[in-house]
Amino acid sequence: MEFVYFLCAAVKAGTCLLYATLGEIISEKVGHLNLGVEGMMQMGAVIGFIAGFTLGNPLAAVLCAALAGAAGALIYAVLTVSFKANQTVTGLTLSIFGVGFAAFFGRDFVGKKVPEAITTFFQPVRLPGLGNIPYLGDIFFNQSVYVYFSYLLVIAVYVYLYKTKWGLNTRMIGENPVAADASGIPVDRYKYLNILLCGALCGLGGAFLSLVYISVYPVDVVGGHGWIAVCLVIFAMWNPGKAMLGAYFFGALDIASFWLQKYSLPVSIYLFTALPYLATVFVLIFTSMRKNGNKKEPAWLGNNYFKEDR
Amino acid sequence: MIHIVKKDVPKTRDRMIIRISAIIAALLVASIVVVFAGANPLQLYFGILQGCFGSLHRFAATMEKMVPLLVLSLGVMVAFKMKFWNIGAEGQFLMGAVGATLVVRLLPNLPLPVMLLGMMVVAFAFGAVWLMIPAFFKARFGTNETLFTLMLNYIALTLVTALQYDFWKDPAASGMPKIANLPNNALLPAVSGFNLSIFLTIIIVVAMFFFMNKSKKGFEIAVLGESENTARYIGINITRTIMIAALISGGLCGLVGMFQISGVSGALSIEITGGLGFTAIIVAWLSGLKVPFVVSNSFFFAILLQGASYIQTAFQIPSSVAEMIQAIILFFILGSEFLLQYRFVRDKKESEVA
Repeated sequence: MEFVYFLCAAVKAGTCLLYATLGEIISEKVGHLNLGVEGMMQMGAVIGFIAGFTLGNPLAAVLCAALAGAAGALIYAVLTVSFKANQTVTGLTLSIFGVGFAAFFGRDFVGKKVPEAITTFFQPVRLPGLGNIPYLGDIFFNQSVYVYFSYLLVIAVYVYLYKTKWGLNTRMIGENPVAADASGIPVDRYKYLNILLCGALCGLGGAFLSLVYISVYPVDVVGGHGWIAVCLVIFAMWNPGKAMLGAYFFGALDIASFWLQKYSLPVSIYLFTALPYLATVFVLIFTSMRKNGNKKEPAWLGNNYFKEDR
Repeated sequence: MIHIVKKDVPKTRDRMIIRISAIIAALLVASIVVVFAGANPLQLYFGILQGCFGSLHRFAATMEKMVPLLVLSLGVMVAFKMKFWNIGAEGQFLMGAVGATLVVRLLPNLPLPVMLLGMMVVAFAFGAVWLMIPAFFKARFGTNETLFTLMLNYIALTLVTALQYDFWKDPAASGMPKIANLPNNALLPAVSGFNLSIFLTIIIVVAMFFFMNKSKKGFEIAVLGESENTARYIGINITRTIMIAALISGGLCGLVGMFQISGVSGALSIEITGGLGFTAIIVAWLSGLKVPFVVSNSFFFAILLQGASYIQTAFQIPSSVAEMIQAIILFFILGSEFLLQYRFVRDKKESEVA
């Protein structure tokens, strides 16, 4: 039974990663490697908490968090899409900015509790029917609304990317913006849209931490989860479904050191924290070793597109 | 209609004007944040300068901040020149510090000069290996080095965490998770706050200038960065060049780990990098990968860093404000790059029609 509790906690721990990873997948599919995930999550987390704390309304808090994340993404989009700034450097700067932003605006809220109205709204609810499935019901269907929404989001992102015309155009821009532009797709508009969506999802991921995952606002609420999300995108090979599995796997590793404390293991529990990164390194190596050209990485990832260069 | 076209190489004068206007614009925007924090922006900016140059002691502190940033940026620059995105400076920094600490732990009784030299060599080697791993896979399979080196940062960080909390935890620190301070024979000698690493850094800067601009290998690295096909055509051994550049790039970043523990912090800990590895990437990129600009930009960022820690105590302004100001300045400089590289041209045909 304890293992079921552990898996249930792993799903909860992985949810913030899932939101951010889905966002980053969308952004990378359009060719933009945004290393500002950590920053956008920080902005979403702090604004979400402040809005929730002052307004007491869970939906308003979540909306504000999404807008905060998108605002961070907007800085990145203006610089990289319109001004052709280097993506890696801009993303890193956005992370520095977001961490400072959250530390500055959150400093008066450290130690404050999440309001009653919000904790009750987001407390775990057992779904009728599905919640009674043995084991699976306890793990997946006895969770917060916030978690259920992420299940729907996985499907939504999959449908968006692979079953709609917009998704097709998005992927085409990521693979070859020259061809996409030539065929009349408004490249810049698509890039903006996808990058902003990415920011909103990262903001939601951050707010999951500050509104649902914790009960008292700590000094650094996101604490590097954004970077794990960046590796998760590769681990999941840019696939929303695999991102879901990966998020729970990484979530499990994230809390493993805490759960394993009581067993006296022969290895240092701190080394468990390295496992997500090690796993990602192996995925990176194996995907690049495959010779059949089926590399899942978008071909133009990390490169800006300048029309006049054609 | 207005068109945007690529400029030729921008003049140094234009570059200076655009950079300085970007910084002024950034400081204006940052003033909003400063006012939010309840301080007078002008007073604060003056305070930053005072914190950096107000006394010999403060100037030494500024230099102390500049040394790691400068050497890291030079290291990162070598890799960038080859269009090899080494964003793992943070991890190489940590691994270098681990290597240097290892020397002290294994051979604690070496005389000072031998000890320092040994620490530097091992730190260089550890940092170099930490970058040569992704470089090998990049050369062999084309593995994405941006993400690989990013991962290695966190693997290094967990390793240091495990060392600090478990393996190398100092039993004398009464339960505090910290690694024992280095003995006196492992500390860089210092004169009134200026330690030996400053002089070594000057040598590194000169050496790197000649390596990048005058040596054959430096030229090969630059050619490889411009075009892999050209490099192959003129008979450059690509794998070898990538590995040599990684050796130097990672090695320099590793060396900073030794400078930092032996000259500044006195012990290895998870906090020694202070995010400098990431700042160095930005410094190197904004310098256009040219050694003299790397020096001037490192100096500029050292002022921001030292100023930040000074205003924290002098004005009771949280360090997060300084972080935001730094990021805002960077955003503006990144945006202004566009004006350096592109110019607006009025489309003649359209204007004739109109």
